[in-house]
Amino acid sequence: MKSMAQTKALVTGNEAAAIGVKLSDVRFISAYPITPQTTIVEKLAEMVANEELDARYVEVESEHSAMTAVFSSELTGVRSYTATSSHGLLYMHEMLHWTAGMRLPIVVSVVNRAIGPPWNIWADQTDSMNQKDTGWLQVYCESNQEVLDTIIMGYRIAEDRSVKLPLMSMEDAFILSHTSEPVTVPDISQVRDFLPEFDLDFTVDFKNPMGYGSYSTPDGPFMELKKDMADSMNKARAVIEKTYRDFSESFGRDYAGLTDNYMMEDAEFALVATGTLASTAKHVVNLLRNEGKKVGLVRVKFFRPFPSEEIVSSLKGLKGAGVIDRSLAFSDGGSLYSEVSASLYRKADVPLTGFVAGLGGRDVRVEEFRKMYEMVEEGSEGIRWINTKGGE
Amino acid sequence: MPFSLPREELMEPGHTACHGCGATLAMRYLLKGLGEKTVVSVPASCWAVIPGAMPYRSLDVPMIYTPFASTGASITGIRESLDLQGKEDYSVVGFAGDGGTADIGLQSLSGAMERGHNVFYIMYDNEAYMNTGVQRSGSTPFGATTTTTPLGKRRNFKKQEKKMVADLMIAQGVPYVATATIAYPEDLIRKVRNAKETEGPKFIQILTPCPTGWYFSPDETVEMSRLAVKTRIFPLYEYRNGMFKLTRPSEQLQVWEYLRKQNRFRHLNSTETSMIQEAVERRWSELLSRENRPR
Repeated sequence: MKSMAQTKALVTGNEAAAIGVKLSDVRFISAYPITPQTTIVEKLAEMVANEELDARYVEVESEHSAMTAVFSSELTGVRSYTATSSHGLLYMHEMLHWTAGMRLPIVVSVVNRAIGPPWNIWADQTDSMNQKDTGWLQVYCESNQEVLDTIIMGYRIAEDRSVKLPLMSMEDAFILSHTSEPVTVPDISQVRDFLPEFDLDFTVDFKNPMGYGSYSTPDGPFMELKKDMADSMNKARAVIEKTYRDFSESFGRDYAGLTDNYMMEDAEFALVATGTLASTAKHVVNLLRNEGKKVGLVRVKFFRPFPSEEIVSSLKGLKGAGVIDRSLAFSDGGSLYSEVSASLYRKADVPLTGFVAGLGGRDVRVEEFRKMYEMVEEGSEGIRWINTKGGE
Repeated sequence: MPFSLPREELMEPGHTACHGCGATLAMRYLLKGLGEKTVVSVPASCWAVIPGAMPYRSLDVPMIYTPFASTGASITGIRESLDLQGKEDYSVVGFAGDGGTADIGLQSLSGAMERGHNVFYIMYDNEAYMNTGVQRSGSTPFGATTTTTPLGKRRNFKKQEKKMVADLMIAQGVPYVATATIAYPEDLIRKVRNAKETEGPKFIQILTPCPTGWYFSPDETVEMSRLAVKTRIFPLYEYRNGMFKLTRPSEQLQVWEYLRKQNRFRHLNSTETSMIQEAVERRWSELLSRENRPR
């Protein structure tokens, strides 16, 4: 058994991310500090200083520069990584588009933190939901194990010839980033077998000098290049599924697919959630099942590509579903609600309740999940705010 | 002692720059000085357009295009990446305009210089946002009109002094800093080569007259560059490992001989012209004293 070579460790989500980077043979890391991302990059700086990781670590003067530096190093031929949070991610926004448009398969860790004002350092996914239109793949992790494994699988998915798009891996601030969990650490030789060496077929080539990213007129290839990105985002679905299967074979850990269904087989009602909210939701599903309620959970793992087909096949025929957003889009609740609704349009007629919950790290406790379930069961449609002072 | 220009051409004919563009000459001479083992990173600027729409190019070296504020960070990433691949002997150049350097790119420039990477940062200074249609930048000189400092009824020409980025770079402790201009290619190429011999970051500010934005005839670009030096409006200096050297022009002219040839200055009256002359004298003696003062 290959999986015998793996070891156990008690690590935080941020340490798990750093270990994932080390195992993925990343050679260049550039970052700018922001709470609660800091312990990822501190750990990486320490690994480089102790020669545990053969890479260069460059702390730059802003997140815009961090993203620019890894963009430039990867285009010049070296696997690269950065990590950020919240305002740092917003400050990178321009370079997120540029990196995806240049088809550079960089992996970035995002520790989901609220956007001010008021200042708030706690869990909230508005920062990364804001980046859903930048051409990056997005994964919302639920455990520290998934954080580690997603870095390794992330590079393989992103660097696949049919994808060649960057990937951001999310962990909820403090709930994962600063909380220790037992994690299985793969052996580095196993990872070498699983993750091919970095090889980009369009890196800077001095023998064949080109312009990288020059401009296009309206009749130039601009639209075709954007369409190709959209096509690749769709092609990523099959690559993700294959990578998960291969990962399971190599390391013995199963990751379902773009979504992770829990107790959905005979469910009449469902909750839909991302990140660590899904963990509490699973617990509540267990409690409700004990009370005879036929309820299940759909955890949306990949937000890009968006698992529309999975959503339809999971929710079709249900009596009701509740979509929980730990983010706010000022459209109609959060982005998850909007995209789930859009997926169902003319494919499944399911009454939906949208919940805005846990913004700025507000606790979402078992009793709140129970309340959400009750509202779904009652068929209360529209957007509800959970655990806010002054009503729903 | 004759100093002939290298014959090697790494910039090809067939680009889309305006007639009489000074910035094209700056790139051409720069690459003559550096040779083919060079990679250039260019932010939003005239030079993002000059090579032509994809798939065309006008350089025989790789050129990476980036958004406006990126140049300092881009050359950081390229340098580290090449070093990791054993390509320490390749020159990494950021080539940015004055807006991309003095304004939106200053933070990224300052960061890269402070970190000490072995990189070139070339600021081609045409003294306004020329690619977007002649808007005022921090590097636009006192007295100039631009499309965002139109003369109007209120004599709304630029009232602030030019932000001299090369001076800032000396103050920050960059090991090689120079100013140059396209009328003196031997001097420009010599400075590029001196910079190459200096380990660590190097910054060269090249004045590149712009007929489109300064409003002079396109056949007078080199003459305008020469007048900028002779009137000491744009003094040429070289700062290398703590030694500061100021170039004395072969003849000294009064500033009005430079100003009167450009329509961006045509509105200036004698008082304003005198103010510019006085500012030039002050700066010149300050630069002279810097030459005599060991740092």
